[in-house]
Parts: sequence; structure tokens; C-alpha cells
Amino acid sequence: MSGPKAIILSNDETRRALTRIAHEIIERNKGADQLALIGIHTRGIPLAARLAAKLGELEGVEVPTGMLDITLYRDDLSEVAHQPIIRETQVPFDISRRRVILVDDVLYTGRTVRAALDALIDLGRPAGIQLAVLVDRGHRELPIRADYVGKNLPTARSEVVKVKLHETDGVDSVELWDLEDMR
Amino acid sequence: MSVGAVSAPRPRHLLDFQDWSPERLTAILDNADTMLQVLDRPVKKVPALQGLTVCNAFFENSTRTRTSFELAARRMSADVLTFAAGNSSVSKGESLRDTVEVLTAYKVDAYIVRHHAAGAAHLVARYSGKPVINAGDGRRAHPTQALLDAYTVRQEFGSLEGKRVAIIGDVRHSRVARSNAELLPMLGAEVVLCGPATLLPADLAALPGVTLCSNPKEAVRGAHAVMALRLQKERMNSGFLGSLQEYADVYQVNEALMAGAESGAIVLHPGPMNRDLEISGEAADGPRSRILQQVENGQAIRMSVLYHLLVGRD
Repeated sequence: MSGPKAIILSNDETRRALTRIAHEIIERNKGADQLALIGIHTRGIPLAARLAAKLGELEGVEVPTGMLDITLYRDDLSEVAHQPIIRETQVPFDISRRRVILVDDVLYTGRTVRAALDALIDLGRPAGIQLAVLVDRGHRELPIRADYVGKNLPTARSEVVKVKLHETDGVDSVELWDLEDMR
Repeated sequence: MSVGAVSAPRPRHLLDFQDWSPERLTAILDNADTMLQVLDRPVKKVPALQGLTVCNAFFENSTRTRTSFELAARRMSADVLTFAAGNSSVSKGESLRDTVEVLTAYKVDAYIVRHHAAGAAHLVARYSGKPVINAGDGRRAHPTQALLDAYTVRQEFGSLEGKRVAIIGDVRHSRVARSNAELLPMLGAEVVLCGPATLLPADLAALPGVTLCSNPKEAVRGAHAVMALRLQKERMNSGFLGSLQEYADVYQVNEALMAGAESGAIVLHPGPMNRDLEISGEAADGPRSRILQQVENGQAIRMSVLYHLLVGRD
């Protein structure tokens, strides 16, 4: 395995991107009241926690956070070769009448977000759902778009976007790899 | 709880626990946590098995197991074909093989089989070529009942490691007792099988982690869970017992017997119960009872088993 072909976001750039997203969330929602942040496993969860902390700093409100596992909602369960591991879903508050912001690290085909929307709607009836991602790498297969994007990154399908976060990987960075260099 | 990657090869069927590793069985219990969460939500359904057809093939009477499996499959969005032998061509003399071949021609993806003959679920697996879950075959095995019992104990105490489970009653004719005697030691628990000598087959003492005894007071000493087994009253006529009253006087799971168990010990029963025979009403309804919790957990465990057998090709 060789190294990444490019560093897309450094530690500081990741922090700034999240700060900007937090400001955009406040602007668009006219504050942070009645918001909730729900991270999609795995790296959406620490990203949601960081955004909640930023919103708390900026607006002085505590925005509730939750975690969502979309395994049981995947549209490829009948085809997958290996059985996906089911992780924890934890949304310890009522999402009804709240504006829920789904948080994920990379937006790619849109299938994960589609599954997350189904999973979320089964938990209640939010006033609205928005989507925040650290990286949008394109190649959508469904009519889904993000409301908040840290970095728009045109990619080839033969490339892999690797997000690393302090909480899961000990460092913040977004790297672009060639698929064959990862084997 | 997050479930770690399980490296052991995945068995195709759940007929008993022979091909299953403790690691895989623990993954089933772990995923039941998630399924229990699903059952607590306003929408008690996930689309995981959408497009698949599960056949509930019951060649023997059953209420709770059949409905539990049917609901579990529906909660996972599978189509369910329920087949009860009593009102089918089996009553006209059709063989098990022919019945299964006909059902398989309907594009059934998996079978849940209850049969009065031991080994019937193995035959269905062979004839159909599809994943099969044994929902009870003769006196041999009832693996999902044992899994839900193990899950209920684990839910109460956080772990099965070092826990002592006393199973009291007609052990000889109980597939539930056999499956529990197989499963619980695999997961770190110790099992004491207790009943009248006529209803306590000596061969079960050869199972690792299993001891036999005929004295219920001794069996419950140090027990974290005490399970009463249903006494089939027809055993009375087979010379196994002197009288039902005599049996109840000694072997009934009641408050007096439970006083000898661990202070936080729980009462289990696989159902259906003969109240005031193998279990007192007080014990069945009291604060130690987890009998209704077993029913709820049964659905979650069966959802988890269906997921494990029907998702992924590895």
C-alpha cells in the first residue's frame, strides 16, 4: 500500500470547514432552537458532536445529538457478500417537530442518506430534515443533495476519499487515494 | 451495543448449536439488543428482509413460537407463508419431502420448522436446499427458545459468565432443557438440571458445564435463574410420576424454593404454564418473574436469527 495522492483537508482546514458549516446552520435556521444533530455511523457521529459543540459556543444553546445505524435499511442487503455489522442507534429525544440535521463524513451515491431518511422517519415526524457532510465527492445515484458541505471534491470512481478524525483515527484529515494503491 | 466482526464461518441453518461458535451466538444476542429497540419504536418494522419469503412450517401445534416467528419475520419485512399441518395435505398422507418440495416451488427463501419428530428440521434443510430454523423437533432441540432464555439472563445480569441456571422439571421430554444445556455453558454459564430420577436422563451429565440433581433445594442454591419446565400431564399415565400433587410438593418453583436461590434470582418458564403445578401463580406473577420478558425477547432473538441466516452470502 503506497500513500494518498492528495491531502484534501488538513487538521486546520477540517476545523475551519466545520466552523463554517456551524455558521451556515445558524444562518439558515435563524438560530439553533429546535435543532437536533444526528450522526450516521461511523464518522458522522463525532462530526455531529463537534457541530453541536460549535453551535453551543456560538448560540449558547445545547443542541441534542444522536447516532443512527442504517444497516437494516440498506437497499443491498439481499446482494451483499458479507453480512454487515449492526451498530447502535441512539436517539434519546423526540425528533417530532424538531429540524433534524443528518451528519455524515462523505456524500457519494446518496444510498446511505436514503437509508438514513427511512430510518429517521421511522423514529418520528421531524419538522424538517437537512444534510451536512464534510465532503461531497459526487457520483450521485439518487436525487439527493447536501444542505451544508465542508468541501466539494470532484472525484473519479477509481478514487477513494478517506476521512480521518481525532475521535476515530487520532488525527483530522481528508485524503484522496487511488483505489489500487489501497490494496 | 456494537457487534464486532465475527470471523468464524457462518452456519447456513439453526438446527441446534453444533455448528455454531460462541462468538456467532453472542453476535445473535448482541443484535437482539437492536431488534428490541426496533420493537420499542412507533414503527416496529425494518426493511432488512424485504423481498424474501419465509415459510412458517408447523407440523405440530404451537401458539407462541409460531406467532413469535411470524411477527419476527414480518417486523423484518419478509413475506410470511404460514403452513399448519392440521389443515393441509399432510393430513391426507402427503410426505414431509413432498410437502417441502411443493412449498419450495413457491420460491420460499427460508423455513421455520416445528415437528414432533426429532431430526425433521434436518430433513427439511436437505430437501429444500434453503436455510432452516428449527422451531422445535421432538424432544431434541429448540434453539431459539434457548437463545431467548440466555438473552433474558444476560439482560438481567449483564453477562452469562459464571451465572448458574437451574432448570427444574420434566427434563427427559424437554427440548428446551436440552438446548439450554447445550447453549448456556457455551456462553459461560453453569447449568443444573433437576427433576425426579425418572425424568432426568443420565446422559445429559456428559455435557460440559452441566450437572444433574434430584433435589430442587440443592439445585437452586447459588442459582441466578430458575427455570420451571412444563409438566406434560400425560406423563402421569406412563409411570414416570406417582401423582401430580406429589410432584408439585417437591418440584414446584415457588417463593419458598426461590428463597434458597441468589437474592436477585429470576424465574423463567418457556410456556405454556400449568399454574400451580410446576410453578406457583405467585412465582409466575411475582417480582422475580421474567416470563413475559422472555416472550418479548423471543421476538427480538428471532429477528436477529433471521438476519444472521438470511443477510449476506459469506
